[in-house]
Order: sequence, then structure tokens, then C-alpha cells
Amino acid sequence: MDLTELYNSVIDGDAPQVQAGVKAALAQGTAAEVILNEGLIAAMNEVGRRYEEGEFYVPEMLVSARAMQAGLALLKPSLVESGVKAAGKIAIGTVKGDLHDIGKNLVAMMLEGAGYEVQDLGVDVPPQTFVDAVQGGAQVIGMSALLTTTMSNMKNTIQALNEAGIRNQVKVVIGGAPVTEDYSRQIGADAYSPDASSAVRTVRQLIG
Amino acid sequence: METRLTFKDKAVVISPDQPFAVIGERINPTRRKKLAESMALGDFSVVQEDARKQVEAGAKILDVNAGIPGADEPALLRGAVQAVMEVAQVPLCFDSANPEALRAALEVYPGKALINSTTAEESMMGVVLPLAKQYGAAVIGVITDENGIPATPEARLGVARKLIARAADYGIPAEDMVIDCLALTVGADHKAGRVTLDSMARVRDELGVNMSLGASNVSFGLPDRKIINIAYLSLAIARGLTAAITDPTIPEIQTMLLACDLLMGRDEYAMRWIKSFRKRSQAVPA
Repeated sequence: MDLTELYNSVIDGDAPQVQAGVKAALAQGTAAEVILNEGLIAAMNEVGRRYEEGEFYVPEMLVSARAMQAGLALLKPSLVESGVKAAGKIAIGTVKGDLHDIGKNLVAMMLEGAGYEVQDLGVDVPPQTFVDAVQGGAQVIGMSALLTTTMSNMKNTIQALNEAGIRNQVKVVIGGAPVTEDYSRQIGADAYSPDASSAVRTVRQLIG
Repeated sequence: METRLTFKDKAVVISPDQPFAVIGERINPTRRKKLAESMALGDFSVVQEDARKQVEAGAKILDVNAGIPGADEPALLRGAVQAVMEVAQVPLCFDSANPEALRAALEVYPGKALINSTTAEESMMGVVLPLAKQYGAAVIGVITDENGIPATPEARLGVARKLIARAADYGIPAEDMVIDCLALTVGADHKAGRVTLDSMARVRDELGVNMSLGASNVSFGLPDRKIINIAYLSLAIARGLTAAITDPTIPEIQTMLLACDLLMGRDEYAMRWIKSFRKRSQAVPA
């Protein structure tokens, strides 16, 4: 089945159309995995590309991600049934002392859009919660900080991972307005990502 | 209500009856590579240049932020403040959540400064308010507490009340509290701008305190940000905003604020407006 219409509905951020498209494709016997990859994920890749190139703005990325999620919800039972696994498991949160959630939410949505299983730990997340998430199977943790004063809790979290003896089991990606590539190296993170779309690319490079 | 800040013998009054108080935001190394690199090396020449330019552009107060990852913030903030005081004769606003950095700046400052900022979290107020009292500074109080940023104007008013009540416990009068109702990003939630505006109207009507705003956040992720920021500031001014942390070197902001002062009855005989018009006209080559 041609998934172009579904693909376009995701880009347009039209959730009802996306749901209708997913239903129609399933009814015609298209494999859930194909719908996911060629309809939903491919569309979100395009949304990410447009955002990075300055063609798309934040609200457009948000409505696309929401439309994608609406479609994904319908698709999930079929994916589970056919044994399709998520591309990887990621736990994401804004570090302790910091309540900013917009950037973190965008990154979480784009990662979901890329087919990852995302565990959103919320804001003001203490190091131990990240440690627990890794012990629960997260392959990547994403940390956000929007304040120069809370950035140091990224370092503290990495230290907590070291102390728990699980640092080598997980990749650490960080981001947020005051965060830099340099800082990421300084505190021993695996990568820095400047925005939601590049976060997807970074995670793909880290765990495929 | 009047919030009076001083630097040596110079005073600036933030009040609904005074010209709008621009707090120049440019001395902040976040996302400003050149400034961050020079500051980290203890070179404050870019800081001084920013200070001069902003005062020339109409900043009444200068915000000084020295938050560079991994750097010694108390030493850096003090250094930056001393450098600014060499070139600018205006009150300063110390922008840090690190009490040691705030203390380092307050200790060397001759006058009544503004602290940016405390939240309504007990752990923050318990540290920042005593410092403000000790050094006789005014404080920006941001309406967020242990539960995050309240969703409704009513709840935000409640947090503003809490800030003012706790300040009073420490002997800081309401006129030395400047409330920040928090501009959130409309790109992520299209009602965010409205909630803040409604909160400001409530705070003005019920508490009558001065208010400030970091306005540029509102337009994050959207095209044509400058226009959104300008519209937002003028809507906020109509609801009692008396100060803003913003960039006065952007000509449109400067001009808009002068127009707002005129329209809000703070520019007698439109003299400041006319004068600034002449200056702008002369700047255009004939």
C-alpha cells in the first residue's frame, strides 16, 4: 500500500488523518513494521530535517510529533503482536533543581518519533532516578539543564552512574541552553546535542 | 510602589510613574561564545563594551551574569561587576543562583543592588532573602515554587503573595520585591502568554508591587521573534510591568518602550519621544 498520504499527514500534523491512515493500512494487511518505518518514522525524519534547516518551527514539530503519537498508539498492539521491538530504550529527564521541561519534552517526542521507547522521568530528577532507569534497562540517558546553576547535576548524575558501577552499560547525552560540547567532554558524557532533531541523530550514532 | 536602586550617588526608581526600567541583559555568557571565552580568561573588555553600549542605548540598570560552566563563579561575578563599575554609572542586577557568587558581588558594590533572583522555594528564599537583607538589596522574586510553575493566574498570585510575605519575615519591604510572572514559550503552549499577562494584572491589582519579566523567552522556536517580543512587552506594560530584562541595543525595543512610556503617561509633553525621534532621524544619512 502507498503510505505517502500517511506520511504527509504526519508532516501536516493532522492527527485524525494519521489515525485514519494507520487504520486503513492495517485493514489492507500492510505490516505494522512497514507502516511504522515508512509512514511514521520516515515522516518524522523529514520533520526533523525541516526543523534543522529552519523551514519548520517548534510548534510545527510539536503537532507533527503529536500526530505521529496518535498513529503509534493505534499501531502498538499490532507491533507487539508481530514482535517488533523498539529501536532502543531511552530514559530522559531534566536534572535535579531544574524545572524546565520544554526542550526535554521536544527531545522525548522526537525520539519517540524515531521509534525509540522513551521513559520520561520528568523534571527535577535526582541522580538516583537516572541510575534506577539504567538498571531498568535504559540504554541511553538524556539529561537536560537550562540553568548554569543546575548543570553541575549532570556531572553528579554521571558520578552516580560510576558509583553504581553501571556507567559502561549506558550512553549519556546532554543538552540545554547553557550546555556545550566542551562541557559534555569535561564531565565525561558521551555526547552533546544542541536541539531535538540532532538528538535523534546523536542517539542513532550511539546505539544504532 | 517605588523600588529604589542606587549606585554610589546615582539612583534609579522603578515605579508605574517612572519611565520604564530596562535592565540590560547582554552581560550573560550563556550562548555568547566570544563573551564567555573572554570572561573565562578574566578579560572583561567585552563585558565593559556591552555595559557601555547598553547604557548608551537607554538601559537604566545592568544585569551581570557570570555563569560559565566549570568556572569559579564568585570570583568571575565579582570581577565582572568591578569591571562594569569602571565604565557605567548605573545600578546593577546580580544574576546568579549561587549565594557565594551573590555575596562576592554584593560585598564590593557601593549602593543598593538588585538580586536576580529567588524563587518561592523555601530553600532558595532562606538563602537569598537574608543576603538581600544583610546588604540592603532589592530582589526579583520568580513565581515558581517546590511544585513548579503554577498553571493559573490565581495560583501565580498566591506564589507572589508567598514571596512578599517571606520577604517581610526577613525585614524586606514589599517595595524591594520585584515580581517576575515568568514568560513561557508560546511555541510550546499557545496559552502560555495569556496566563502570564492575566497573572500580571492580578499581581498589579492585588499587590501593587513592581514587576519585571525576561521577555524574550516567549518567542522561542518561532519566526520573527522581535515582533512577538515587542508586542508582548507592550501588552505586559499595560498590565503593570514596570521593568524588563531585555536588550536595549535593539532599536525597535528602545523605540517601542519610549512609545509605551508616552502612552502610559510617563513622558511629559512627549519630550523624550520627540527627542529620540530627532536622534533617530539624524542617524539616517541624508
